[in-house]
Formats: sequence, structure tokens, C-alpha cells
Amino acid sequence: MDILIYGVINSIALALMALGFALVYGISRVPNFAHGALYVVSGFVTWALLRAAGLHYFLSICISMSLTAILGGLIYQFVLIRVRGMPISEIIASYAIGLAILEGLRWGGFKGMTYTLPVFIDGSISIVGTPVDFHRLLVVLAGAAVVFLLWLFTRFTRTGLALRGMAQDERAALMLGIDSDFMAVVAMALGSMLAALAAVILLPLGNIVVEAGYNVLILAISVCIVGGLGSWMGAVLAAFLIGFAQIITVVYLGPHFQMVVALLAIIITLIIKPSGLFGRQKELEERV
Amino acid sequence: MKSEQKRQERIDRGIKVRSENIYALMSWRELAYLAAPRLALILGMLILPLVMPGTYWQRVISIVCIYALLALSFDFLAHFLGLVSLGGAFFTGVGGYLAAIMNTSWGLPPALTIPLATVAGACICTLVLLPCLPLRGVYFAIVTLMYPLAFARVIEALDIFGGTDGITGIDSFVNRWVEQYLVISAVLLVLFGLRRLVNLDLGLVFRAVKDNDQAVKASGMSVTRYKAIAVFIGSAMGCLSGACLVHIYMWSGISLFALDFSILPIAATVIGGAGTLAGPVLGCLILVPVSELLRAFGTLRIVFYALILMAFVVFRSEGLLVYGRRKYEQFERWTSV
Repeated sequence: MDILIYGVINSIALALMALGFALVYGISRVPNFAHGALYVVSGFVTWALLRAAGLHYFLSICISMSLTAILGGLIYQFVLIRVRGMPISEIIASYAIGLAILEGLRWGGFKGMTYTLPVFIDGSISIVGTPVDFHRLLVVLAGAAVVFLLWLFTRFTRTGLALRGMAQDERAALMLGIDSDFMAVVAMALGSMLAALAAVILLPLGNIVVEAGYNVLILAISVCIVGGLGSWMGAVLAAFLIGFAQIITVVYLGPHFQMVVALLAIIITLIIKPSGLFGRQKELEERV
Repeated sequence: MKSEQKRQERIDRGIKVRSENIYALMSWRELAYLAAPRLALILGMLILPLVMPGTYWQRVISIVCIYALLALSFDFLAHFLGLVSLGGAFFTGVGGYLAAIMNTSWGLPPALTIPLATVAGACICTLVLLPCLPLRGVYFAIVTLMYPLAFARVIEALDIFGGTDGITGIDSFVNRWVEQYLVISAVLLVLFGLRRLVNLDLGLVFRAVKDNDQAVKASGMSVTRYKAIAVFIGSAMGCLSGACLVHIYMWSGISLFALDFSILPIAATVIGGAGTLAGPVLGCLILVPVSELLRAFGTLRIVFYALILMAFVVFRSEGLLVYGRRKYEQFERWTSV
């Protein structure tokens, strides 16, 4: 029962981390290696607004999410747009940005156990004999809500439809008057906002540490590869697969092996089905 | 039409054209023109340890060479095979740990551990990377980024090879001159060896794999086999650097898998000039001493590299060596259109 409940929670957490990455890659084909850095940045911004500036919790969350979205948009507009279509440069440039942000934060003294965010609702509840915090339940609800809202957004709003058009066929989208550069900026901003959302929802469960940036990046990438890069539903499904695999290894082997599971998942997926669970044929050609 | 439009044109210098092939034998001047850059690098590298003040800076020279080997490996794999490996630290770690184990458990001297660790480490790296070789571009980069992290975690989790404490008590080199000239000659040999290699038939196939692997497949050659050969060569260089490193520091630990060994060689390659092979060495000669000077700033130096790296990738993607070579071989002038 423990495995089932915590597996679901862990899976939703993974899905939250990965959605932003999947969104950006799916639309602009830019692997955003600064994803983990944006995640950590939004955590620290929220902390700073809440603790140092003394704003209301909800308000500081909103501000930090919008700031992260703007940061993501700026990164795309001023840096990544210049190297678009050159995979090596895209990876190196976005990885360098992420690295600069993370190590800059580390240098700025943001390390150790002192940075925590409060949980939204205190207390816990017992589900069939397993104690679960309210906050962890909230993670599940928020994750489900985000997936649902994203689905609504991409199907029933003009911007969302434009983004999907870009993802499917950029030239056709250009012909229909969709500004592809601007849309890619929007996608990057949206992806960064999702990273920030994941951060403010997940970080109260632990400390805000710089290392989380690397871990989140790795987990997001492994979820996206297993699910098929660019496929959002695939990412959600893969999050469940990896999430449960991780919880099972933690219970039976020990917590050190969590990352190894993610790596193994990637390698096995790439060997057996290189396009991922929900990848399309087009992607298969790209990678093998 | 008032304003007269001008454009810049570049023309090869006469001496460059004259010294292009057998005509280089025409005069000493042409020969000197060809040999000057190469001799400058070789002699410069050989003289460096002699002119360095104090043992600290001599040690820095060794570290420069270690990073130069890694950068050569990155440049070779990325720009001749199209395999962008973000995990150079994986090669260092495997080579370093192998050398450390051979030295402490089996009691082999450094003269044996370094070549053995290089070859054995390259075999291990190639075998472990073999499943990922069909991947291209982003996908290979992602997988290689994870290998060093995962291996460090496995060593931590299983508490093997000394766990988080690492392996201590490794023999050092006989004296520091042996150490320095060993790594310097390794860099020079690898550099000029690779330059020969990429001009062989094998090198031609490598570049074909990068540019159009469907064509290679259509010619009845196995892409994966050639990639495996190249990864063997590339990881041998990385393992060599790792093996030298543990003997220099007399210590081997999880930090061999650290990010420094992945990111600095990439930065050096980008700054020095991608795809030139000599460029990465040049980049290391610039970056590593700068990073030593910045040591007082702690992790800020990684920020510093990352920003330089980003600026070079985005705004000056040709790199220093390509720029320098253009100035050396061509002159520019403005002509009216």
C-alpha cells in the first residue's frame, strides 16, 4: 500500500518536473538544459520574497512564477534563438546558462539546510493505514490539475493551438500567420513557468538546494526520453513508470539507487524502442 | 546612389598558396611558413615546464595537459563523429579508478598502470557506451551527461573502491620532470596522431558518419562499428588523462566524475576552435591558468566558464584558432561593389 500511494505521489512529482521540458522541446525543438536551473531559481525567488521581503505566500509564488517565465523568455529571445537548429550549440549554450545560474547561486551562499518553504497545509491523513501529509495529496491534485489545464490550453485557446501547430509543422504554421519566433519565446516562457510551478509545489517537501537543479534536469530528461521527446501524454505515462520503479527500488534496495533507475530507464528505452513510448515515426528517424 | 557600397573580401596570401603542396620545398621561407605554427606549439609546450616559476605553476602545466587530452577527446568525438559527449568525466573516472586499483591492490608501478588503465578503461567505456551508439545529437549528449553521475552514485551507494573517501596511497611519479614531460608528450603525440588519423581513410569514414550516416550505411559499412572504434579512441584519451591525474594527485575519488572534467574541456574546445584539434589545446592553455588565478572565487569560476562558453557559442562560434589561422593565411581588403 505504501508503494502504491507514494508511487503515485512520486510519479506526479516527476510529471510536474518533466512537463516544462517536454513542452519546450516539443514546440521549439530546443532541449532546454537550463530547466533545472530555472526550477531552483524560482524556489529561491519564492523564498526571498516570502522570508526576506515578507510578502504573502501566495503572492510571492505568483511573482516568482512570472519572474521565472520572463527569465525563460529572455534566455530564448537573446541567446537560444541565435543558435536554433544547431543541436550541439543549443545543448552547450543552454547547459552553460543553467550551469552559470546554479553555480552562481551556490557562490551566492544559497546552500545548506537553511532554505525551506513552508507547506501549504500542515497535518497528515491516514489512507488505508498509510500516513500521508496533506501537502503530498496537494501535489497529486496540483499535478492532475496542471495536466488537465495544459490539455485545455492546447486544445481550446488560440495560443495553445498555435503552439501545437508549430510543434506539428513549423512551415505550415508560418504560412497561416503564426509568428514562429514569438511562439517559441512563449513556449519557453510557459515551460519555465511550469518549472517554477513544479518548484513551488515540490520544494516545501524538502530543502531548497542547488544540487536539486541537476537532479531535476536529469529526471525531467529521463521522463521525456522514456515517454518520447516532445510527447506530453507520453511524458505523463513515463513519469508513472519511472516514479513507481523509483519507489520500488527505494523500498527494496535503498535510496542511493534512485538516479541509477532513471539512467537504466533511459538506456533500456533507447535500446528497445528508441522513439520512446509515445514517440512518432519522425522522431525515430532523428535519433537513430 | 550616393553612398558607395563596399564589401570585405578575403584572399589567400601568396606564400600560403605557394606552400600548399610539393612547392613548399621551393625555399626555406615557405618551409618556415608551414612549420612555424607547429614548431611554436611543440617547442612552446616543451619549454613551458622550464620557464614556470615554482612547483605550483609546474603542477598547473600538468593539469593543463590533462584537460587538453580531455578536450581533444571531446573535439574528436563531437566534430569528427558527431557524437557530442557531455560526460568527459566518465572517461577520467574510469581511467583514474582503474589506475588507482591496479596500483594499490596489485602493486603495479605507474609505468604499467597508465598504459593498462588506458586500454582497459577504453574497453570498458566502449562496452558501456555501446548500447547508446546508434543515438544521435541531443540523445547521445543526454545519455553521456548521465553516465558520470550514475557511476558516482553507484560507487557511493555500494561503498566500493573506498566509497566516498576514495582510494589513497597511490604512487606518484619518480619526479616532477617525468610527470610533466610524460603528460606533455602524451598531449603532443595524441594531437598530431589524431591529425594524421582524421586524414586517413578511417577519418574519411568518420566524417561521413557525422555528415551523412545514411550514405555510410548505403555503402555497406556499419555505422555503429565505426562509432565504436571512434569512441574507443576518444575514451582512451580520457582514460589516459584520468590515469595520469590519479598519479599526480596520489588520490582517486568520486570527484574524478565531477562536472569540471566535463565542462572545462568543452569550454576549451569552443574557445580554441571546434574541429581543429589544435584549438582545444590552445583553449586549455588559456582557460586552465585563468581558472587557477580565479581559484579564490570558489564556484564563481564555473559561472565564469559557463558565461564565456555561452558567449563564444552564441556570438563567436568559430573560436580563436580558426580566427588566427584566417589571419595567418589570408589578407582582407575592402572592395567597392
